[in-house]
Amino acid sequence: MGVLDSREPQGPLADKWTKHKNEIDLVNPANKRNIDIIVVGTGLAGGSAAATLAELGYNVKTFCYQDSPRRAHSIAAQGGVNAAKNYQGDGDSVYRLFYDTIKGGDYRSRESNVYRLAEVSTNIIDQCVAQGVPFAREYGGLLDNRSFGGVLVSRTFYAKGQTGQQLLLGAYAAMNRQIQRGKIKSYTRHEMLDLVLVDGKARGIIARDLVSGEIERHSAHAVVLATGGYGNLFFLSTYCMGANVMAAWKAHKKGAFFANPCFTQIHPTCIPVSGDHQSKLTLMSESLRNDGRIWVPKRLEDAQAIREGKLKPTQLGEEERDYYLERRYPAFGNLVPRDVASRAAKERCDAGFGVNKTGEAVYLDFSAAIMRYGKEKALTSGMKDVDDDTIRDLGEKIVEEKYGNLFQMYEKIVDQNPYKTPMMIYPAVHYTMGGLWVDYNLQTTIPGCYAAGEANFSDHGANRLGASALMQGLADGYFVLPYTIGDYLSDDIRTGAIPIDSLEFDAAEKNVKDRLEKLMSGTGIHSVDYYHKKLGKIMWNKCGMSRNAKELKEAIKEIAELRKDFWENVKIPGSPNGKNQELEKAGRVADFLELGELFAKDALERNESCGGHFREEYQTPEGEALRDDENFKFVSAWEYMGEPSDAKLHKEDLVYENIKVKTRSYK
Amino acid sequence: MKLYLKIWRQKNTSTKGQMVDYTLDGVESDMSFLEMLDILNEELISKGEEPVEFDHDCREGICGTCSLQINGRPHGPDSMITVCQLHMRSFNDGDEIVIEPWRAKAFPVVKDLIVDRTAFDRIQQAGGYISVNTSGRPVDANAIPIEKDMADKSFNAATCIGCGACVAACKNASAMLFTSAKVSQFALLPQGRVEAAERVENMVRQMDLEGFGNCTNTGACEVECPKGISLENIARMNREYLSASIKG
Repeated sequence: MGVLDSREPQGPLADKWTKHKNEIDLVNPANKRNIDIIVVGTGLAGGSAAATLAELGYNVKTFCYQDSPRRAHSIAAQGGVNAAKNYQGDGDSVYRLFYDTIKGGDYRSRESNVYRLAEVSTNIIDQCVAQGVPFAREYGGLLDNRSFGGVLVSRTFYAKGQTGQQLLLGAYAAMNRQIQRGKIKSYTRHEMLDLVLVDGKARGIIARDLVSGEIERHSAHAVVLATGGYGNLFFLSTYCMGANVMAAWKAHKKGAFFANPCFTQIHPTCIPVSGDHQSKLTLMSESLRNDGRIWVPKRLEDAQAIREGKLKPTQLGEEERDYYLERRYPAFGNLVPRDVASRAAKERCDAGFGVNKTGEAVYLDFSAAIMRYGKEKALTSGMKDVDDDTIRDLGEKIVEEKYGNLFQMYEKIVDQNPYKTPMMIYPAVHYTMGGLWVDYNLQTTIPGCYAAGEANFSDHGANRLGASALMQGLADGYFVLPYTIGDYLSDDIRTGAIPIDSLEFDAAEKNVKDRLEKLMSGTGIHSVDYYHKKLGKIMWNKCGMSRNAKELKEAIKEIAELRKDFWENVKIPGSPNGKNQELEKAGRVADFLELGELFAKDALERNESCGGHFREEYQTPEGEALRDDENFKFVSAWEYMGEPSDAKLHKEDLVYENIKVKTRSYK
Repeated sequence: MKLYLKIWRQKNTSTKGQMVDYTLDGVESDMSFLEMLDILNEELISKGEEPVEFDHDCREGICGTCSLQINGRPHGPDSMITVCQLHMRSFNDGDEIVIEPWRAKAFPVVKDLIVDRTAFDRIQQAGGYISVNTSGRPVDANAIPIEKDMADKSFNAATCIGCGACVAACKNASAMLFTSAKVSQFALLPQGRVEAAERVENMVRQMDLEGFGNCTNTGACEVECPKGISLENIARMNREYLSASIKG
């Protein structure tokens, strides 16, 4: 296996995790007190990992750039979290959740990891309910479920449209309990600027206190990176403004392989771009597709009239609308997976049927659901001979119960009432399936450096199904990492505290300081955002929803040129010795300018279409993605060799022993 | 449109701050308020001046990071939204807009419009959790049935985003709405009842230690809360606190 040993346990799939847990080394509770762990990032993965590791007895230090761990962007996840509980009795099982996830990931995730994810999913719900997470309930007091894109069962647990918030607050509360006990020391408004290796092992980090500007050294026996995804390299995305790749990228430069960087999820239901001033995009939960029907006008002239404001969508009758997802994918309809729904929207808009000013929007229409719910309510309330207006009122109330906060959010941003006129939506960058390569223990190729949640690559393949990211974050943090890290740390019980006055820390700190100085020394002409926006345009136009070899080659060249220009001409006001948001942004954009090139290189290397990676050269006559299992059923893991163009490709072959690899079809 | 901005500038916690005037042209009505500030900052940077620092992150109204006092109101003129959801269509050409950080002794200014809200974290650390082990094997989730009405009420309290608008809106800079929302979330659930008395006592004690003022039932917090957290929670917290003190 060489450098890429996935350490997957042998034996039957369903027994692998149990067997592995029984066989890995444990650390005696008394010895855990002598072991320090750094956790970078405090979202669902980092927060839950920190809480559990501290509870087990390790000394934990957490780092986040936000002013409080509670603000990590996991908080913005809306729709829900999956678990194979089969409370609805609709045929769900661990195997089915595993199967849907592998299939949804277009057969580019690691089988054993995904099975483990499905297996521990049921524990997540139990855990969160025990913590007081207020999930939606039915009148009988039991938990409610709904369905999500890409599956045919209702296995998604939710808390209105704010599930991520409630799950994150649960993990944050668990962290707080450990902070109060003195087992976690929380460093907020801190950013990791480098990883420190001693004898080839991850032994600490260099961090910057973002308020004082001070550069700090922190040592530990192991470092966990739970720093989320890198979708912000597109500039416009549904990520929070501060999301960055810094910690993962620094680890990559120190020897951690970066896997599948080109696998990026484009989410189909986001509020469309309105203008050049825009700083970010807002997602409308995928759960809306349960009740919303997606359409564009059938006739080009109607689409044009709508764009010009001469026609309203409500003026078009059923027969004048093209419900293109229902037409193309009758079995799944509006609930096809995200990559399929996104590409279909782009296809219609590219063909001239877009409905907003820029022609880059389709409708998500709730009128049918409102009338259906209204009729049901009228019937169950014993109301007879009710008119349409009353039915609509009743229906709107039910829809408000289910999605009220999302509708309110839409109205605030777009200034239109989505109860009365269909929402406009368009795909946007939402989640990255690529990340640091990890083995079954979630360890990167650097011993002692772990990656959890969106920061790693293992569970989502080329595409991700709805409500599965929250599941993975919490599974990694609560149930996987706390076990697997012990296997590594059991060798460290006699090591003692790691000193921070070593040559390795000296060198890492010097590197960090030199780089900050270099950033600040520019006498340049352009702001950081100027470069970020330029990078984003290249990424979206040439490495976005569809890619081809010619444009990818152009992108690689353009990004390298932009990076050079950045280092010569960026302008950062102020000083590094205090709070300086421009300096913070500059460091992050500098990393994106390197990662972007590797991203394009990875996309160019992968001569197939697969999940979120759609290469125009590889498609079926009907325009569906054409996968090449013969040649590309592998994880591309890139080794840093200096410039991104020099990165060296390693391949982890994906072996499917328990499912038959099939063409994905949602027809 | 053209705007006349008066913005609080302060280098750091230990220096004095002052209001500074800026004129900004070319603002479009579909920009968000924060995007308007982005544009101002781009202008400042191009002139070699230091940009105005403000806290923000998710820009979709849920992380609770943004925290501007706009024309004297937390999160600006509209109700039930955060600053990142406020759009310039709420303003007119030629308007003067006063932008300040949250004002409260317990929220010291970090820089410009950024304040330190870690006091909220410490209140949570004093007891805003259920003491259950995350590495254990909890009972099946459906073994704890919860009446829908109670679950919904608990959820409504739990939607607090911890932005601090309640404190900024209160003439006494009281943190009662925030603290009571957390107390209520757990007090309403069977899982949280066991340690409810201890929780409310510890959290209220910490809230007082942090230097937040008292509640005088003015209700400004509820009016300005972007998530519509109800005053009912304060009443509930007071009942919880009283009953905890009596039990002693």
